[in-house]
Amino acid sequence: MAQRKAFRWHIAVFLAPAVLVYTAIMIVPLFGTLNLSLFNTGEGGRVFVGLRNFATLFGDPRWSASFWNALGNNAWFFLVHMLVQNPVGVALAALLSSPRLRGAAFYRTAIFIPTILSFVIVGFVWKLILSPIWGIAPGMLDAVGLKSLFAPWLGREGTALTTLALISVWQFVGIPMMLIYAALLSIPDEVIEAAEMDGVTGWSQFWKIKLPLILPSIGIISILTFVGNFNAFDLIYVTQGALAGPNFSTDILGTFLYRTFFGFQLQIGDPHMGATIATAMFGIILLGVSFYLFAIQRRLRRYQF
Amino acid sequence: MSQARHSTARSLAAHAVLILYTVIALFPVFVVVINSFKNRRAIFADPLAVPTPESFDLVGYRTVLAQGDFVLYFQNSLIVTVASLFFVLLFGAMAAFALSEYRFRGNMLMGLYLALGIMIPIRLGTVAILQMMVASGLVNTLTALVLVYTAQGLPLAVFILSEFMRGVSDDLKNAGRIDGLSEYTIFFRLVLPLVRPAMATVAVFTMIPIWNDLWFPLILAPSEATKTVTLGSQVFIGQFVTNWNAVLAALSLAILPVLVLYLIFSRQLIRGITAGAVK
Repeated sequence: MAQRKAFRWHIAVFLAPAVLVYTAIMIVPLFGTLNLSLFNTGEGGRVFVGLRNFATLFGDPRWSASFWNALGNNAWFFLVHMLVQNPVGVALAALLSSPRLRGAAFYRTAIFIPTILSFVIVGFVWKLILSPIWGIAPGMLDAVGLKSLFAPWLGREGTALTTLALISVWQFVGIPMMLIYAALLSIPDEVIEAAEMDGVTGWSQFWKIKLPLILPSIGIISILTFVGNFNAFDLIYVTQGALAGPNFSTDILGTFLYRTFFGFQLQIGDPHMGATIATAMFGIILLGVSFYLFAIQRRLRRYQF
Repeated sequence: MSQARHSTARSLAAHAVLILYTVIALFPVFVVVINSFKNRRAIFADPLAVPTPESFDLVGYRTVLAQGDFVLYFQNSLIVTVASLFFVLLFGAMAAFALSEYRFRGNMLMGLYLALGIMIPIRLGTVAILQMMVASGLVNTLTALVLVYTAQGLPLAVFILSEFMRGVSDDLKNAGRIDGLSEYTIFFRLVLPLVRPAMATVAVFTMIPIWNDLWFPLILAPSEATKTVTLGSQVFIGQFVTNWNAVLAALSLAILPVLVLYLIFSRQLIRGITAGAVK
């Protein structure tokens, strides 16, 4: 075949470093992990066991109780984010983008600050504030006459997970706020002016004009929240330790994976079951992302200006 | 007239809500920083008071500097973050240029392949990554962290930068080609300087998770010599949990560097977002 064009080496040179690093450190280990979940240690080293690890994880009461507990907790963790973080983020962005608002840059910068802090800082700061010993939270509730409402929220089985989810919401509300803010700013003035001409202002303008236009951004935020939540680990590990206490009530898939893979106290680390849990998480995230791409994103109407 | 009053009331309400939320966002940071400068008794007696000459005390900071190897941890975090950031930006921009500038077979597929990593977290590969690092003797080295973070940052960098590079004028690049510039010169001399705002956005989004990550330092490089600030303060706080002065000082020291970097970059950040990368 007579080559019409010489092979363009520069394309390969431009692509090679990124593709090599990405493939070697991310894609290969990902498949390595998926593969590892099909094996287990038996007589004479590694034995292929097919899907038996998954049967153990989902069916064996010693494993499945922890797994379903972690999955349920994770789902609740995600639900709290969807119900609190994203609406608050949208509301803040809507306020920030109102025309002629003074100090918008200051508010934006300040509200985003928790997002840049590490989980270690966030976890300990809130632990200190909610601590019954130091007592900033009880003291403050006392000042407004609500002292009876205080409880060691992080230490109770019933409230620990929700408290942690709300701390995480506090930390990350800046992200939906920024993205929605950007989307609101990109709505052309003509659209808003046309709405005003028709007498659509204030709240109804937000609900009828702006909200439909930013729905695609809300969709992206939801899926980012989903992936982030089902992959979360640090906040729980920092505040409650690898055991995700009290009594595993704050255990989510990330901490479950960590404990299984590395072991803790009396349990020995098990790379094969660890890989099995990682694969299950991979499946859950993949399901969520495909559900979003095929069922939701297609129905979102996009407007071009 | 009534319209004007109406809008004043509305903007007052908007300010009230925003101020309230700003207080909620900043309050915990404020409490930690002011208390880190107080003596032990004042911390407990009145946690919300700012330090006065009587209650001012740097004992927490002295403990942190004497006990923990925080200078070393800072150095490690800095090396890891800067090196990963450099590779993410360089490799990411190169790949983004290839994808946005040239038409070749498999362009779309390559773009999708690289974008996969935005949705699938690299943590799920941890088991195999650790085995790989053990096999290659990279456990407890900063190199392992730089490699992992480079791979982690690339997908988003390629995605955002290629969106931006599509906006760089073709005429400019073609003028360069007519003048006999090589494709490499066009990329480094013409295109890179033009996408600098986008690079800043990518830099912030890449830097924050790397600096704050606990998972990979804990798993790949937990040795004393390679601890990052995040892991170091986590361990330090665990050991000094009853020494409140030291804990608060360590937290304040960990907050400061990110805060400064963020305030420097924050203007670029919002400009980068609103310029249309993430819509």
